[in-house]
Amino acid sequence: MDQQAIARIRAVIAAGKRRDLIFAGLGVLALGIGILTFLTLFIDMAVDGLGRLSVEFFTNFPSRRAGQAGILSAWVGSTLVMLVTAVIAVPLGVAAGIYLEEYAKKHWINDVIEINISNLAGVPSIVYGLLALGLFVYQFGLGQSILTAGMTLALLILPVVIVATREAIRAIPGIIREGAYALGASKWQTVSDHILPYSMPGILTGVIIGLARAIGETAPVITIGALTFIAFLPPAPVSAEPPFVNFDWLMSPFTVMPIQMFNWTSRPEAAFHQNAAAAGFVLVLMTLGMNALAIWLRYRLRRNIKW
Amino acid sequence: MAAVLNVGAPTPAQQLVPKARTKNLNFHYGSFQALKNIDLPVYEGKVTALIGPSGCGKSTLLRAFNRMHDLYPGNRYEGEIRLYPEDVDLLSPEVDPIEVRMRIGMVFQKPNPFPKSIFENVAYGLRVRGEKNRTALADKVEAALKGAALWNEVNKRLDELAVNLSGGQQQRLCIARALATDPEIVLFDEPTSALDPIATASIEELIHELKRHVTILIVTHNMQQAARVSDFTAYMYLGEMIEFGETNEIFIKPKHKRTEDYITGRFG
Repeated sequence: MDQQAIARIRAVIAAGKRRDLIFAGLGVLALGIGILTFLTLFIDMAVDGLGRLSVEFFTNFPSRRAGQAGILSAWVGSTLVMLVTAVIAVPLGVAAGIYLEEYAKKHWINDVIEINISNLAGVPSIVYGLLALGLFVYQFGLGQSILTAGMTLALLILPVVIVATREAIRAIPGIIREGAYALGASKWQTVSDHILPYSMPGILTGVIIGLARAIGETAPVITIGALTFIAFLPPAPVSAEPPFVNFDWLMSPFTVMPIQMFNWTSRPEAAFHQNAAAAGFVLVLMTLGMNALAIWLRYRLRRNIKW
Repeated sequence: MAAVLNVGAPTPAQQLVPKARTKNLNFHYGSFQALKNIDLPVYEGKVTALIGPSGCGKSTLLRAFNRMHDLYPGNRYEGEIRLYPEDVDLLSPEVDPIEVRMRIGMVFQKPNPFPKSIFENVAYGLRVRGEKNRTALADKVEAALKGAALWNEVNKRLDELAVNLSGGQQQRLCIARALATDPEIVLFDEPTSALDPIATASIEELIHELKRHVTILIVTHNMQQAARVSDFTAYMYLGEMIEFGETNEIFIKPKHKRTEDYITGRFG
């Protein structure tokens, strides 16, 4: 090869390397903008609210006096609503995901269902609130209760759970499945002994990510009528007299963290704004905590699943 | 040729007992016909090898025996696979594929242990049949692992994950898993193509041992392997069975020119 050709090749390579560098730089910039925005908001909220964090903040009910207000009813309400959401969304979503992946035959109806599940994930959350208001609150007469909120948010995150389940099932190699069938396993035995256990890490990750989203959903919960000033806790599920366990707490009025924050920010006093910042800080920590739990669970469960 | 291939003496006819036989078997993947009028006898206690170039239908034929094709839509069988001594047609719609798979085991090309412990892998076939007794399971697992020449290597770590074994050990584990349920026929689908030569040799030696207890049908793309391990060989080409016979005859005096071309390496 002559000198000119080699020089031309070198020029092309150098131009390519410059383009690589520019793209890498743009990528880092884009990443940085996203992270920086989040960090700025988070730190701003932390700076405003950290001063308010104390044991009393977590154990006090909201009050007209900013100094004495706390988030007790809010974080208990959030936790209970998340519990109901999980109990409804997980069995429904996992079962639907398993059915669609393992049992549904190729039929145009199933294709339509599949498309619509992804569409459901894009429906504005307030629409779920309106649906719940008409159907659960009035038609079924469940009232403005924890049960209604749990059912509404379960519907909201159902597509997330279904998609996570399907993706987790699809990740299982075909020869593992064939290995089970070749030993004489029935479809249900293959699903319960192999498919479900091996897809559990992926499913759990999806569930927790769904719950982390649901914990911050405000619009549907306001629409069904979660109250903004609750100075009491739902009745305890266990008691000393028979019947030792009761479910009255499901029908109780309640509030959740985002609504408490919303209530405080709409008041004029600056002290309430500080409360809202503190509550927001706690809410973000709860969300980050759930995501961290998802990551840790996925790591622990994935360790044993290799193929 | 005989010295290189190390084939044994021909088998006297009166020792042959048919275990299975395909009768006019045709198979269609959708609109594509993968098998054409296959008549293959499978003799009890013998190793029958299916050889042929890629795409000839040997794996398709193997997988018809345990009805693996039923797992996927769009497949169609025509003809019969009869299993003896009951003389039942395995492909009949009245026969449940699950029952077929409980009587005929399979070892796959790529070792596919479940992401469970070694014990649970081998015991799975028994659990599927409803065996719950811990002692019975332990005994059968030990027998199966001994039968697969793996017991000495794993008996102290039965609760460890099977996927941490080496490739050759994993494949022997899969063989143990198939043997644990006392199948009547074991189907081997190119069992050593993913293994190194040493592991391959140990599997071939194992097959020699196993044929004393179970009938074996093996697909291999490696002609020398067919010559080493099998008693009977069927040569397939483009979905048809070109020739079937005792291994030493096929390799020394093939009757058809196409068989001879393949065996002498003129194509493949």
